[in-house]
Order: sequence, then C-alpha cells, then structure tokens
Amino acid sequence: MLLNILVGFAIAFFGFVLQTSVAGVNRKIIARLQKRYGPKWYQEFLDIFKLLSKRATSHGWIFDFGVIMALGGIIATAMFMPLTNNIVAFAGYDNFFIFVYLIAVGMLGMAMSASGSGNPYASIGVMRALTTMLAYEVPFMIIVLTIINTTGFSSLTEIGLFQQASGNTWFLIALPLGGIVGILSLMGMLGKKPFETYIAPAEIASGPMVEYGGKQLGMLFIMHEITVFIEVSLFVHLFLGGAENIFIFLAKYFAVYTFVNLISNVNGRLKIDQVVKFYYKWPLIMAITQAIIAIYFGWVVSI
Amino acid sequence: MKSTKFTEPRKLSKEEVDRKWWEIGDFFRRNSLWMLMYCTGCCAIELPPAMTSAYDMERLGMGPMATPRQADILLISGYLSVKSLRRVIYTYEQMSEPKYVVGLGSCPINGGIYHDSHAVINQLDQYIPVDTYVAGCMPNTESVMNGFVDLMEQIRDKTAKGWIKYKENNEWYKKNQKAALGEVIIHDEFHE
Repeated sequence: MLLNILVGFAIAFFGFVLQTSVAGVNRKIIARLQKRYGPKWYQEFLDIFKLLSKRATSHGWIFDFGVIMALGGIIATAMFMPLTNNIVAFAGYDNFFIFVYLIAVGMLGMAMSASGSGNPYASIGVMRALTTMLAYEVPFMIIVLTIINTTGFSSLTEIGLFQQASGNTWFLIALPLGGIVGILSLMGMLGKKPFETYIAPAEIASGPMVEYGGKQLGMLFIMHEITVFIEVSLFVHLFLGGAENIFIFLAKYFAVYTFVNLISNVNGRLKIDQVVKFYYKWPLIMAITQAIIAIYFGWVVSI
Repeated sequence: MKSTKFTEPRKLSKEEVDRKWWEIGDFFRRNSLWMLMYCTGCCAIELPPAMTSAYDMERLGMGPMATPRQADILLISGYLSVKSLRRVIYTYEQMSEPKYVVGLGSCPINGGIYHDSHAVINQLDQYIPVDTYVAGCMPNTESVMNGFVDLMEQIRDKTAKGWIKYKENNEWYKKNQKAALGEVIIHDEFHE
C-alpha cells in the first residue's frame, strides 16, 4: 500500500515535469510559427520557481486554503492516472468516473479561493469557467459513455487494452464523429483559444487568477500543469488506444498537446454565450448521432 | 600539514545562508520578468516591435501580464499627469515584492516636452523609486531592449534595490506624493 502511494506521487511528479517541459517546447514551437526565436524550453520551470521565490499578500484564510486544496486535489487525481498498461499506481482503481469526481475537488478549491479574494473579475472568471464546464461536459460524457458501452469496461487501462487487442483500432478512428467531439471537448477542458473565455487577459484581467501573485500563483501554475497532464492523458487513453510502453505514451502525449496548441494559436476568442451555444449545437448533435450509430446499429469502423 | 579530509566544514552564518538563497532566487527572477505596462504616453508605440518578431522580448523570458499582483516590472512609458500618478502609486503598492520600475522615454526623467505643463509631474523618481531609465524622445527599440538587459544585470549585481528604498524612505516618498496630489477625501464604498 505504501509502495502504491509512492508510485502515485511519482506519477504526479512525472506528470508535472512532463507537462511543464512540453509546454515550454510548445512555447518555442508557437514562437517559430510567429517567426520569433522563442524562450528557452525550460522557461516554464523558471517562471514557476520565480513565482515561488516571491513574497505574496493574502486575502484571508479561504484564499490561502483554497489554493492548497486545489493543488492537493489535483495531485490526488493524478495519482490514479495510468501511464502505460503496466505503470499504474492503484491497479483496478483507474476508473474513468474516479477522475470525473476527483478533478472537481481541485476545480472547486480554485473557485473557492478565487471567490475568497473578493475581486469581481475573479467571480466573473469562476462563473465563466463553470459555464464552459457545463457546456463541454455534456457532449464529452455522451461519447465516453458510448465508448464504455462499446467496450464493456470503464477502466482506462482496460479501454486502452481493448483498442490494442482489436488490431490497434483507436476510437479516434473507430468512432470518427466521436473523435472530433473528443478533440473539441479537450480544447474546452484545456481552455484553448476559441473557448478561452475564462482567462481572457485583455477582457477580464486573467479571470480567476486576478488577485494571485507570488507563492499562491506559483502553486496555481503547478496545479494547472498537472491538470493539463490529467486531461491530455485521459484523451490518450480513451481515444488513442493507451500506450504499450512509456515512449509511445510520450509520443502520443506530445502529438495531442501540440496539435491542440497549434489550433489554439490561429484562433480568436469566442464570447461565453457563443461557447455554450456552440457546444450545445454541433458537438452535441455529433455526439448523439455517434451514440445512436454505435449503440443501436453497432456500426463501429474497424481496420 | 593539516589534512583537508577531516577538517570540519566552515559553518555558514544565517546571513550567508540567506544571501545564497537570495542569489538563487535572483537567477530565477532575472530570467523571468513579467511586465505590467502603464502606457499613457507615446513611447508605448516602441513596445510592439520589442514584443513581436523583430526583437522578440520572450526569448529573454519577458512577457506582458494582466494584473499588478502577477507582475515584476512596472513599465511607465511617457508623461504622467497628476491624475494618473495616483493610479501609478496604487498599482506600485499592489505589486508583490521584489518589484522593479522602468521609466521609458524622457518624460519620467525631467518632464520631456511637457515639462512646463501644469497637469504633469516632471520627475517620477520623487514619487516612486525607479530602477532603470531608458532615455530618448522617443527611445528606439534597441535601447528599450538594452534597458531591460541593464535591469537584468542590475538584479544580478543586487543593485536593483528600489523596492527596499521605498520601504526605508517611505515618509519622504509619501510627503512628495501628498505635495503633488494634495490630501483628497474620497467618498466611495472602499473609503467610508
């Protein structure tokens, strides 16, 4: 049991290092896209350690406690994440619904802390984040339930193994409409550009993070990196057939994050009502169509 | 000859340990400077080329930030009217320490071309401490970048001490601020 917990912490730490490096490399890629030289690949580490080295003000104990709750909740979620078929801290407990429930602890911690600062921009940001969540969760859930119905498993490693066993048919290809919905929902989860309504630095001064500075902001940055790790890994295991070994995982992870980031950087930002309308229109229609095709007709593309 | 193998390592005093940690922090701070841009003047037009592909400020780890709490540098470009000085002081006092101020153009140094206006302050250094000036009306983009590199070198040499000066000489700064702004009794929900 102690060993499992240690492995869990190691996975969370690995996720932090991996996502921070990948984000740094992505900043370089985006810079080259815009014909700039770009920062060093370890710039994100410098940013985080700089923030941890600064002095910070507090706005009451809810403000401080919420940050710790957010970071702790996200680390607890990341401990359950399988990296490959074999590297998983708590075997048999990597159920999809565990992530759905546990990730809410971190998000609510951040919402509580941001509201505790008393800044109206923070409240607007939290409200927009929860509204966006409400929008992308519905189509995403329909697609994931379709996958669970098709495979008969809800454990991430079992879903990954199912895709590898059937001749490496990824659900991104086997359920083509569902794959598109998955990518769109992932962009909403990561807060990428067309759906980046709740950060919006030019409009609501970076939303929930408006009152953070110094150590609290550093902890929120660590929390954000681990959250991105969880969400991209979920996508890799659900739609891209998991990973047999760690190198395949790294390759798939990097490909997914870079692809989403490239789309993000050539787009503008939608308004919050446009985001909700968008998710409730095309992704929802595609998700329901895909669910009907896959569950009632049993038409699943196989290679 | 005394063997070095068994000599006790010299015990560092608390100040020395603190200084070592501060130097490590300075490495991170000078490689990741986030700016809050207070651009009321015309020198702000020099910042887009500094940020985009011509000079690419991001390769030094610098970038614009949305709020004073997150920022390290307060970049004041151009003239400051008496009305906007009050906002600059609010903003400066909100920033988390260590914090640095960069004055862009000749207006924060001696008033520039607006030196004889009744609505403009002439020397920013009287009201908040400034670490680096970039002189010129307006300074070209190379000197803007050069000013930032100068600030990074000052942080490395521990001479960017404006925020310590502001704490030590707070009465003097407050006296100057009050002389310029006058005592104003504000009636709003925060000051009742």
